[in-house]
Amino acid sequence: MTPADYLPIALMVLLGLGFSGVSLWMSWRIAPNNPTPEKLAPYECGIVPLQEPVQRFPVKFYLVAMLFVIFDVEIVFLFAWAVRMDEFGWAGIAAVGIFMLLLLETLAYVWKRGALDWNVSVRRRYRPVVAPDLEEEAA
Amino acid sequence: MSGLELLVVSGIKVVVAFAFLVLTVLVLVWVERRVVAFMQNRYGPNRAGPGGILQTLADGLKLFFKESMTPRKAQFLLYIAAPVLAVVTALLVFVVIPIGAPVTIGDTTYTLQVTDLDVGVLYILAISSLGVYAVALAGWSSGSKYPLLGSVRSAAQMISYEAALGLALVPVIMFSRTTSLAGIVEAQSGTFGGLLPAWNIVLLPSFVIFLIAGFAETNRAPFDLVEAEQEIVGGYHTEYSGMRFAFFFLAEYINMFNMAALTATFFLGGWNGPLFGPTWLRYVLPVIWFLIKSWVVVFLFIWARGTLPRIRYDQLMAFGWKRLIPVSLVWIMLAMVAIGVRRFGLPWA
Repeated sequence: MTPADYLPIALMVLLGLGFSGVSLWMSWRIAPNNPTPEKLAPYECGIVPLQEPVQRFPVKFYLVAMLFVIFDVEIVFLFAWAVRMDEFGWAGIAAVGIFMLLLLETLAYVWKRGALDWNVSVRRRYRPVVAPDLEEEAA
Repeated sequence: MSGLELLVVSGIKVVVAFAFLVLTVLVLVWVERRVVAFMQNRYGPNRAGPGGILQTLADGLKLFFKESMTPRKAQFLLYIAAPVLAVVTALLVFVVIPIGAPVTIGDTTYTLQVTDLDVGVLYILAISSLGVYAVALAGWSSGSKYPLLGSVRSAAQMISYEAALGLALVPVIMFSRTTSLAGIVEAQSGTFGGLLPAWNIVLLPSFVIFLIAGFAETNRAPFDLVEAEQEIVGGYHTEYSGMRFAFFFLAEYINMFNMAALTATFFLGGWNGPLFGPTWLRYVLPVIWFLIKSWVVVFLFIWARGTLPRIRYDQLMAFGWKRLIPVSLVWIMLAMVAIGVRRFGLPWA
């Protein structure tokens, strides 16, 4: 593999950028441009927007992203092994098998903890750390 | 090859690939609208050109002459970068897909593939991850609440199913011993016992997982939560109009064809098929086999859209994480033991 193999990719990036740039520019020159305050308001099916768009969103999405990072890294390891599988023989299969069992265990753990449930109430999702007997004493 | 020759050949390949993709999208949008229309017992677009085949071109021209608005609260630079990024990443995935057997003219052999990377599979996963940025940036920079909700949803959906997509490919790579797409196609060129073609579709669970994850990855029905009109208006491109919207549309359909072509390449033998006739026909036939296989998968995409209702978001995430990923992990373990027995004999022997 030589750097020359990556030349067409660079050319494709240039072509894509050029094509989008030229058509956006031409469309901007040709198309009418007649903004009004109503037109530029955020689209909400004709209702006047009352509040700013939410810049905070549920932490569940963040959790999904973290889980994805764990699994994506694992996939890259597996690819490297899968290409050279013949050189490692059964020892390699055993090692990767243990690795995958560990990952299944990780998945089982996050599943059990409720990280994969989407519609569970906050109370069930994150159990309070306070021990029950302490609560009774306080009461 | 000399430097100049290399540049010219690469340039021609890139331009041809680009023209091919744009033409494919023009036909694809029309085919989808017509097929879905017939499935729903109506006609679909049939006025512009013979059978309505020029409808997409007409729509594209119309969008070209429409006003492109920038909403008041948009972050302009990111707002304009998102559709460009969507198109560029969609174009880049196609670069590594082989569409035909190598052609020998004179004493030079040209591959019918823009470039043959030896890390092709990794490259595809990397570029489709970049595609998530287009969606995320479009929603975030619009400064409006529905695009933001749509893009966050869509980004979570795409990365969840990308894990399943990558896992489904591991047995394929074990089978073909390479991550180069040309190599994967070549590895499928033989037959099993002289009867059945040696396509990777024998890895049936992988094929099914890849296809389902492909539907979700390209945001197609039944996983088109991105554009669930009843809930979030139009998804991440609600605030885009004119040519900028057309770019998202173009990227979506290029991605759909890419996914179909990748399914054909990984599991249906790529351009492999029976060859006969004179020399020129032997060069043309592989391209035709490739196109037939890709369009069969494209038809599956459209069929799914015409048949299946959209699923709920919690169902979507549960299906990805609690079904597809465990199943593909277990399937990889089964496949690696089976391949191990076949290649190295029993472990205790």
